[in-house]
Amino acid sequence: MTAGLFIPCYVNQFYPSAAKSTLQLLKKLGVDVVYPAKQTCCGQPMSNSGFEYLSQGCNNLFIDNFSGFDYIVAPSASCVLHIKDHLHSAQNEELATIIRTRVYELVEFLTDVLKVEKLDAVFPHKVGIHHSCHGLRGLHLAQMSELNAPPFSKPKRLLDMVQGLEQITLDRSDECCGFGGTFCVAEEAVSVKMGKDRVTDHTKNGAEYITSSDLSCLMHLEGILHRNKSSLKIIHIAEILNSTV
Amino acid sequence: MKQSETKDHAGLAEDFIKDEERVNWHDGALWYIREKRDIASKQIPEWEQLREAASKIKSNVISNLHEYLLQFEANLTKNGIIVHWAQNAQEHNEIVYSILKAKEINQMVKSKSMLTEECHLNEYLGERGIDVINSDLGEYIQQIDNEPPSHIVLPCIHKRKEEIGELFHEHLGTEKGLSDPTLLTRVARKHLRNVFLTRRAALTGVNFAVAETGEYVVCTNEGNADMGAHLSEVQIASMGLEKIIPQKKHLGIFLRLLARSATGQPITIYSSHYKKPRKGQEMHLILVDAGRTRQLGRTDFRDSLKCIKCGGCMNTCPVYRKSGGLSYHNTISGPIGAILAPNLDMKKHADLPYASTLCGSCSNVCPVKINIHEQLYKWRQVIVKEGCAANTKALGMKAMAWTLSSPGTFTNAGKAGRWFLHNIPFVVNNKLNPWYKQRDMPEGPKESFAEWYAKNEPKR
Repeated sequence: MTAGLFIPCYVNQFYPSAAKSTLQLLKKLGVDVVYPAKQTCCGQPMSNSGFEYLSQGCNNLFIDNFSGFDYIVAPSASCVLHIKDHLHSAQNEELATIIRTRVYELVEFLTDVLKVEKLDAVFPHKVGIHHSCHGLRGLHLAQMSELNAPPFSKPKRLLDMVQGLEQITLDRSDECCGFGGTFCVAEEAVSVKMGKDRVTDHTKNGAEYITSSDLSCLMHLEGILHRNKSSLKIIHIAEILNSTV
Repeated sequence: MKQSETKDHAGLAEDFIKDEERVNWHDGALWYIREKRDIASKQIPEWEQLREAASKIKSNVISNLHEYLLQFEANLTKNGIIVHWAQNAQEHNEIVYSILKAKEINQMVKSKSMLTEECHLNEYLGERGIDVINSDLGEYIQQIDNEPPSHIVLPCIHKRKEEIGELFHEHLGTEKGLSDPTLLTRVARKHLRNVFLTRRAALTGVNFAVAETGEYVVCTNEGNADMGAHLSEVQIASMGLEKIIPQKKHLGIFLRLLARSATGQPITIYSSHYKKPRKGQEMHLILVDAGRTRQLGRTDFRDSLKCIKCGGCMNTCPVYRKSGGLSYHNTISGPIGAILAPNLDMKKHADLPYASTLCGSCSNVCPVKINIHEQLYKWRQVIVKEGCAANTKALGMKAMAWTLSSPGTFTNAGKAGRWFLHNIPFVVNNKLNPWYKQRDMPEGPKESFAEWYAKNEPKR
């Protein structure tokens, strides 16, 4: 099994350690991982701003980089959802279609494809899970609080396998953090207020770390935490799952 | 009427958020209703099936609207209700005015009707010497404050009880400093009771119009629609074309969904059926298009006409909760307003589909399963293509630069890093970027993952 490692643009630039953890974790679990060097972006910043019609260049480049892999795995639910929902190509629709069905966010890849039952990870801290909306309501990584349906949570299941980790319960289990792509600058005041309130929920319930399968949410929350000199930290779920003593 | 003409949603929201204590309270009040809705919906095992059924019935309605409307009209006429058709707000207002004028009526009582808010009926009639009093308590409070409703179910949810006390002191002569909700309600009731008894005409909205029987149903918690209608000599109902349901038996589905989605109640206190005039009474019903058929013609957005106006999407929307309904500068606010408004005036409402993180919670609570967040995304594409994206143009230019730059420049990692910091809207590294007002950027690592990988992993 060969998996193409898709590292979103901002993760590559700002959070290389989460990317390294993803690579190492997948290797530990016996996956043959390749990082196509010419990858850039999934095209979401444009599309979510209403400029989907300009994203064809990005889409074709994504297809060039990721065709032929058995799976494509990324430590970002949001970018994965964008590819799943919006990757199309006038030239190569067939390849685009294959990619749309083979792209996985890391957590779902671990639970649904690799069917991981056991991890060697150790992380002796109190952790709150921040569900990114794209991971939750787009990829269904966990049950959505609005629905009358049985509960489940893929990230929770994985974190349960980590030694020493204590998961805290939040007052609002799946409220949006307010990042929202360009929303975070176009609607700065609302975005920050939403972020502050998510942070408070974690602080109030005793978290030492906020984890998520989306670094975009975490980058936004970290920006608020850092500005307010909070001791609460953010960490991508790959780093926890890959952590050792 | 108090309303900002110049600021967009982001600007109005920023003003609202300045009073953080109010935002926290507003957010908490609406979240409490969302939680009540969760509890109520989870007590019904078949909840998700009910939503599915309602959605399908409404699909049938909007696909066969023409036939249902004719059937409804024929049955209304048979029942003795006079039917009027209005293509737009102007025609609607003219019809109401002509009905009242013919009877020499210059005072009317009105129960909650978002449609007449949308048509600015009160102002229109006011200019012609006809006095309209809103009888829904929340709407009444908004009316005396000369402000539009901020929420379709809870019109003054953004106001504190102390502010309402102040308004009552000013307009109804209550004692200064009185803010006890029960006492204030008693004062309003006494005042409204007199209004009900003296008004000869009453106008109501319509929640459900049954094509099969030619009756319509109005849901309220205060009984104000009934009080107005029962004491009136002329009863008028205004409804958007989409309020049709095919058969009376379908009410069982919609009434169960409506109140639970709106406030977490099992049913509204009053679900009143109106079918024919009393002896000596005159009943009119006005069917209003006002852009609805245009929306029906938009394949991607026609499902927005399924809306039963429960307000559930507003209560769950974190953007709505933090920014207040008035920041949407449209009669229908919140997520549903943001997909309805661009159809009415795309340029004026171009900012609304962007007033969302696309979190998707709205679509999940919607009792008729409107794909609201997907329609928000699609409106953004339409707004850009139609050249209405003035507010987001700057972002658009950056997006374009991104596209043009991606394949070539990115191959050089160092260059890409610099390019990235200059072009991605939310990380542009200068102090004018709104990101930095209340947030820091992560400290850039020494090397990107791509650089590290190139050095440390064998070439393949």
